[in-house]
Amino acid sequence: MKQMHTASLAELSAALHAKQFSAVELAQFFLSRTEKFDGDLNAFISTDADKTLAMARAADERIARGEAGALTGIPVAYKDLFCVDGWRATCGSRILENFVAPYDAHVVAQLNAAGMVTLGKLNMDEFAMGSSNENSYYGAVKNPWDLSRVPGGSSGGTAAVVAARLAPVALGTDTGGSIRQPAAFCGLTGLKPTYGRVSRYGMVAYASSLDQASPMAKSAEDCALLLTAMTGFDARDSTSLQRETEDFSARLNEPLKGLRIGLPREYFADGLDDDVRLAIESALTELRALGAITVEVTLPNAALSLPAYYVIAPAEASSNLSRFDGVRYGYRAPEYKDLNDMYAKTRAQGFGEEVKRRILMGTYVLSHGYYDAFYLKAQKIRRLIANDFRAAFEQCDVIVGPTTPTVAFPLGDKTDDPVQMYLADIYTISSNLAGLPAMSIPCGVGQHDMPVGLQIIGPWFSESKMLNVAHQYQQASDWHTRLPEMAR
Amino acid sequence: MSLSPAELIRIAQLARIDLPSAEIEPTCAQLNHIFGFIEQLRAAPTDGIAPMSHAVELSQRLRDDVVTETNQREKFQAIAPDTEGGLYLVPKVME
Repeated sequence: MKQMHTASLAELSAALHAKQFSAVELAQFFLSRTEKFDGDLNAFISTDADKTLAMARAADERIARGEAGALTGIPVAYKDLFCVDGWRATCGSRILENFVAPYDAHVVAQLNAAGMVTLGKLNMDEFAMGSSNENSYYGAVKNPWDLSRVPGGSSGGTAAVVAARLAPVALGTDTGGSIRQPAAFCGLTGLKPTYGRVSRYGMVAYASSLDQASPMAKSAEDCALLLTAMTGFDARDSTSLQRETEDFSARLNEPLKGLRIGLPREYFADGLDDDVRLAIESALTELRALGAITVEVTLPNAALSLPAYYVIAPAEASSNLSRFDGVRYGYRAPEYKDLNDMYAKTRAQGFGEEVKRRILMGTYVLSHGYYDAFYLKAQKIRRLIANDFRAAFEQCDVIVGPTTPTVAFPLGDKTDDPVQMYLADIYTISSNLAGLPAMSIPCGVGQHDMPVGLQIIGPWFSESKMLNVAHQYQQASDWHTRLPEMAR
Repeated sequence: MSLSPAELIRIAQLARIDLPSAEIEPTCAQLNHIFGFIEQLRAAPTDGIAPMSHAVELSQRLRDDVVTETNQREKFQAIAPDTEGGLYLVPKVME
């Protein structure tokens, strides 16, 4: 088989079952890669080799007993907003610097039950607010393809470890593009599921009506395997959907003949860089060669998705983040006059600039006199955006376009202007507002030899179809197997 | 939509975020820059459109009124900044 760091999850599992190596050896391999390369990347916030190796030993015992499944013994790393019992969950923030989670998130419990081995907790934009992973109290993450560039955000650590092959697979979240944009910037396959597929229990909330846990992987095949283990009903999340469990690997090999691909006019208009456009167009040529047909569709309210998001998400965040008050957990300011002053100083010192900005924005749009003009208005536009997709999907099976308007930009390039930073998510945000599943797969390289991501958006609950499209494309192309130098 | 320094001070109080006076003006300018971008929403026609508050239309599930959680007070309070006798300690609220 291939080397451990380039092998697929199925290949790793087969090798573990065949005793070619043990789960302990596999975990040690990734821990030593992390020791070697993470000094440059800054992708991990916490590692704990003793805990990791104890889980690996348990996985080996399970394999020896013949009770192992497809993911038993496979290492995984988590964005630092997932609660993992006994591990810190900082959320990239000073306010949670010393917060050790007292319980497991639902999705973590599912993957533990499958026998996966936790490698550590990953750097992220503070409270998932950002598109470059520069908003972390623990420092910026670097892109493994070019250490002077951003990995994308907010799941920047998640993308960096999979791209550098410090973990075979990792978990992030996607509220406005936070799995797809870093997947595009780092040459990976990342999928945001339909809202409600994956329980949010034990994930630190940013914008609850948009957040979804998402797998980040080297291929659609790996993504499908992990997603199957992540999904399922959980009574502890009031928005968890009661649906039959689904095997997302089952339809990967279906041919694409007759697949109708919708190309939204608005995603190919001004603002899209030529190098990205070129890579997308050659991917479309490849998809047509596989039997797909393309039709032009329109999403007339696409331009409004970004301003609507920057009303809705901060509004929800201002409410969700009110829980960080220095009373029950987390940081408390050392000096204060009274209770109110303790809250205000704790939050001023504990939160970073972008988080404070969004809390203030959210408080403003929800305040008397502005609620109707902005919050309610944004919610109406949210419905228009969802309606646009519904109409478009009458003409096509999936929508395809760029994930991002540019390739990964240099560190520090957009930190002075929040609006420029927000524009990095122009093509990804609308699917969160509509609750649709959407993914990014590598489809070429652009300027400076940086990866380009192709976005696939499907109707509600069409993850199997999207993964089928992605897998068929990856069978006919090799962009997903390209490696940054540190992983060669 | 333009936020005045006085409004910003009020919003920061509501949000319980201490804002030193030197930060008021730059914060105001930055928020107004973002609000300028958000402003384009107002021109979009939305007559007769019902607001969409959630990604999927769901009704609240009901469950049986039974105890499902175990008491883990000690575990949960172990991570609190200040506790005593099973209670969370905060500065005195009433004199």
